[in-house]
Amino acid sequence: MSVLEIRDLKTTVKTEQDVKEILRGVDLTVKSGEVHAIMGPNGSGKSTLAYTIAGHPKYTVTGGTITLDGENVLAMTADQRARAGLFLAMQYPVEIPGVTNTNFLRTAKTAIDGTAPSIRTWGKDVTAAMDRLRMDSSFASRNVNEGFSGGEKKRNEILQLELLRPKFAVLDETDSGLDVDALKIVSEGVNRAHEATGLGILLITHYTRILRYIHPDFVHVFVAGRVAEEGGPELADRLEDEGYDRYVAAASAN
Amino acid sequence: MTVIETEPSFIPVQTRSERPKSTIRDDFAALTGREAAFKYTPVAELSALSDGPLDGAPLPIRVSGDAVGFAASLIERTDERIGGAGLPEDRLSAAAWQAFDKAQLLSITGEDAQTVTVVRDSAGAAPRAAHTVIEVAPNARATLVIENSGDAQLTENVEVLVGDGAHLTLVTVQQWADSARHVASHFVRAGRDATITHIVVTLGGALVRLNPSAHLVGDGSSAQLLGAYFADAGQHLEHQVYVFHEGPHTTSRVTYKGALQGKDAHTVWIGDVLIGPKAVGTDSYEQNRNLVLTEGARADSVPNLEIETGDIIGAGHASATGRFDDEQLFYLESRGIPEEEARRLVVRGFLAEIVQQIGVPELEERLTSAIEAELSEASVA
Repeated sequence: MSVLEIRDLKTTVKTEQDVKEILRGVDLTVKSGEVHAIMGPNGSGKSTLAYTIAGHPKYTVTGGTITLDGENVLAMTADQRARAGLFLAMQYPVEIPGVTNTNFLRTAKTAIDGTAPSIRTWGKDVTAAMDRLRMDSSFASRNVNEGFSGGEKKRNEILQLELLRPKFAVLDETDSGLDVDALKIVSEGVNRAHEATGLGILLITHYTRILRYIHPDFVHVFVAGRVAEEGGPELADRLEDEGYDRYVAAASAN
Repeated sequence: MTVIETEPSFIPVQTRSERPKSTIRDDFAALTGREAAFKYTPVAELSALSDGPLDGAPLPIRVSGDAVGFAASLIERTDERIGGAGLPEDRLSAAAWQAFDKAQLLSITGEDAQTVTVVRDSAGAAPRAAHTVIEVAPNARATLVIENSGDAQLTENVEVLVGDGAHLTLVTVQQWADSARHVASHFVRAGRDATITHIVVTLGGALVRLNPSAHLVGDGSSAQLLGAYFADAGQHLEHQVYVFHEGPHTTSRVTYKGALQGKDAHTVWIGDVLIGPKAVGTDSYEQNRNLVLTEGARADSVPNLEIETGDIIGAGHASATGRFDDEQLFYLESRGIPEEEARRLVVRGFLAEIVQQIGVPELEERLTSAIEAELSEASVA
């Protein structure tokens, strides 16, 4: 059993004009096996939370803590965090010209595990995982994300999630830009990883649509850089009906 | 009205094809570094080659592989093929032309697309001149690799005559010793429907200035000029590429990519494309990309495009010099890959686009390793 604990987390980002405060005291605890949905309107800081957990250098933590099983995550570099068991499925996966997916996946797996994967089984594992995500085998020899469609990039993120087997995964708007078929395939992949490894999931989304396929245990409404309300799956249903207006109005009244 | 008078004796060269040409060194004035073509070159370091006596004896070569349809021999200065592809446009090139005793002929007649490797690893430290003629018979096909290593103080001309319908991939690899200085002009002349893929990989040498030109004379001829270079601290690596679309329906693609790291690492790329008045249906694009890995390195990049006919398919150019893409590094690091290894992957990937087109797997692997070695050397320093 692992625990990812976020306490009173405050983050700023430097823009060209000034320094902007984005996260204003986030509290969140995710345990192995749990699925938490973070829902909120655009600009509420959801993606900042995702990037801050993963250690993107663009964001500066000005207060609070993130710990993984008691270890100080904020003291770790991005690659150390990944090796400690954190994974971020990005909203906009990055293209790496000249680096094949095969080479990338093997390099990442070797870094995460500390030893190179078995030559005998690794190739089969990759092929099987790609099959399950309905990815054509040609994606193995193509350069990472280069020329992939939006949906193909998202599948490639989930492929990594399945192969790298993290303790906790943050899925940053994985549902955006996916049609229904692709959304099902990607959701199945997430559910498979969840069942296979019992990882904890932080599912960041604007819409409730993906929650039909990935069922959250907890729902957190994120507004103006902090959690405004928490509840069970029923909270998502309420958001479906009412939207975020109620929270946004309350936040601006403060 | 005020008339501003500039130097009255100065007549600007109007078009790229009208640069003065001569095989006599002193027809060109001594180099000052103010000339347009030498603006970025440390000419003082080349004085032995531009002004001094040069050993004109043919450069020792080793040919590997027993390819059928390939022959190496020496030819006299009076051979009619000499000067068939181009003539010197600067003092260093003319100095080499004036000084060589005999030219090295590399003759390709085979049609089986074989690969021949010519190794030049014993040029030595004394200033010398060389002349090479690569003759590709009509409809012949081959990949010719010229691998340069060891010490050298060399100025040379390489003429490449690609016959009608012939396909040549010419790869030159500069992995010279740290002290080497190498100046080369390559003149490619492509016949009707001829195809040339000209690939330059420059990694080693104190100063390398390699200027490939492709003269697309024949109707339907095409040229792809590719380059990959990696400059470390103190290295000056320069490539001036010139494509002259003279015949109609000719195609050219120029892509040069370079990485730089360390103090005073300097690269220069100048890309000239001239689309002549008869070159209707030309399709041309040139680009240069540089990845500056550390402070203190400098990449100069100058694309020039001159068009003398409006009836073309396309012509464009692009140049970009940048640092590491932080998002690429973060993406790799977020998958557990340590920063140094992530950088290595990005640089290797950046140059792989060129190296992957050589089509000789053993050489591609060797060059990839050499690029990685450059990266690790610099991270130790």
